[in-house]
Amino acid sequence: MSAYLNPGLPKPAPAPDGLDAPYWEAVAEERLVMQHCRACGTWQWGPEWICHNCCSEDLAFDEVPLTGRIYSYERVWHPVHPALNEQGPYIVVLVEFPDHDGARMVGNLVGDPRQAVVIGAPVRAVFEHHPDDDPPHTLVQWEVVDS
Amino acid sequence: MNRTLRGATAVVGVGETTYYKRGQSPDAEFNLALKAILAACQDAGISPKDVDGFASFSNDRSDPSRLANALGIHDLRFSNMQWGGGGGGGSAAIAHAAAAVATGLAECVVVFRALAQGQFGRFGQGPRSNVVSGAGAFTVPYGLMSPAQSFAMKVRRFMHDHGVEQSALRAISLASYHHAQTNPRAVMYGRPLDEAKYDASRWIVEPFHLFDCCQENDGAAAMIVVPAERAKDFDHPPVYVLSAVTGSHYRAGASVHNTPDYATSNFKTCVPRLYGMAACGPDDVDVLQCYENFTGGVLMSIVEHGFCEPDECNEFLTKENLIAPDGALPTNTSGGNLAECYMHGLELNIEAVRQIRRTSPNQVEDVDVAMVVSGPMVTPVSSSIYGSEATV
Repeated sequence: MSAYLNPGLPKPAPAPDGLDAPYWEAVAEERLVMQHCRACGTWQWGPEWICHNCCSEDLAFDEVPLTGRIYSYERVWHPVHPALNEQGPYIVVLVEFPDHDGARMVGNLVGDPRQAVVIGAPVRAVFEHHPDDDPPHTLVQWEVVDS
Repeated sequence: MNRTLRGATAVVGVGETTYYKRGQSPDAEFNLALKAILAACQDAGISPKDVDGFASFSNDRSDPSRLANALGIHDLRFSNMQWGGGGGGGSAAIAHAAAAVATGLAECVVVFRALAQGQFGRFGQGPRSNVVSGAGAFTVPYGLMSPAQSFAMKVRRFMHDHGVEQSALRAISLASYHHAQTNPRAVMYGRPLDEAKYDASRWIVEPFHLFDCCQENDGAAAMIVVPAERAKDFDHPPVYVLSAVTGSHYRAGASVHNTPDYATSNFKTCVPRLYGMAACGPDDVDVLQCYENFTGGVLMSIVEHGFCEPDECNEFLTKENLIAPDGALPTNTSGGNLAECYMHGLELNIEAVRQIRRTSPNQVEDVDVAMVVSGPMVTPVSSSIYGSEATV
């Protein structure tokens, strides 16, 4: 897909300490992963060195479905970065994975930025690749699933 | 041993600089801090050399050792910083000062906050780096980077869950601006707000209009905390610290908006400790000063401190209920962060003191108990309750 936001925002890079590297490798391949505790089975996002439930270090990055539902959202109007000065409104969504301990991810809701947004609506991941950026990266956006 | 701060210490001096729009202070930030501290000492009628401790929050840049040097302090005994950004430490700094004084670590502690944004930059702007990593890598590239953007989804979810209408947020803003019109110190003095002006104002990020968002300002504020047994030796009626607590609920700091209990101002675990220490409840609170980073944080704080039920917000949060002197819960009676000054909420603690001294520009009658709520939605947050002589 084409980029949702105008270019020029800070570009995401894997953390220098290596904590989130498997996530960035996965999204480049259009897979979505989050941390999954091998000891107690808890799903966890954002990434941390140990499981918040049992404090085990034995965390894997396992695949989750490319679908979730809108837990909350906001429509941003005021630009707080020069790259967005000509952007106009845009929508940020907080997407919940109900079957994965309610873990959530943040992205943009593609489509009309003035669309009505329904909390609880099902959404599907859309991968937005930026291979020519420095560093190259992939953003994960969301689109409403027609029901 | 009864482990409590209730009534063990008192605020005996308060001081503020002129409050400026952001970037407009003629004074350097450190000099603002000195001016507020000197004003507080003068208010208390003490020599600044008798101060022996400092407590602040939000990584205040005015270093206690430099302050002690500049003020000529003989014996610095306590220097304390509450971790955590925003104004969440505004009442925590009071708690730490009171704890130090109550336990004999220090005798006379200054709580202060100083900000000069022309010198050091703003809060409400996104990062200017080319690359972002860590937790920000999962939010910033999606245009989620400012404080308003970081909290709007919490408020939206709360409004969704409880059927809260925009009018409840508007009432909080109207009350602050209303109170600022009788407060010559307020940056928004002479700039009234009405429903039409609020409704016509631009969105910053839904559900926040421009007037739902705090100012950013330059200035400084300071308060002086001493042991209760010395409280009557000063020029003003003592204002006792009845309670001051800080904390965070389960995984409040989870990154990428993963806090399980998401739609909250983050006070649910603090409030039982707050009222427990003060030995009072919401019905005893005569006046409220509640930190407005954004009106939605005030809304959830009012619910979580027990002033109304979540499903009563539309009925309870009206301008009439929130204004002095006769509202059910007079709130932000100096104009607050929205309309007096964003001194990271320390000015709210000073207004609570003024209410108990009976010197507020919007005085509520017979105030004996005044509450301050500091930094809703950040983590950790804090709250405090102050009482008159009649409460101890």
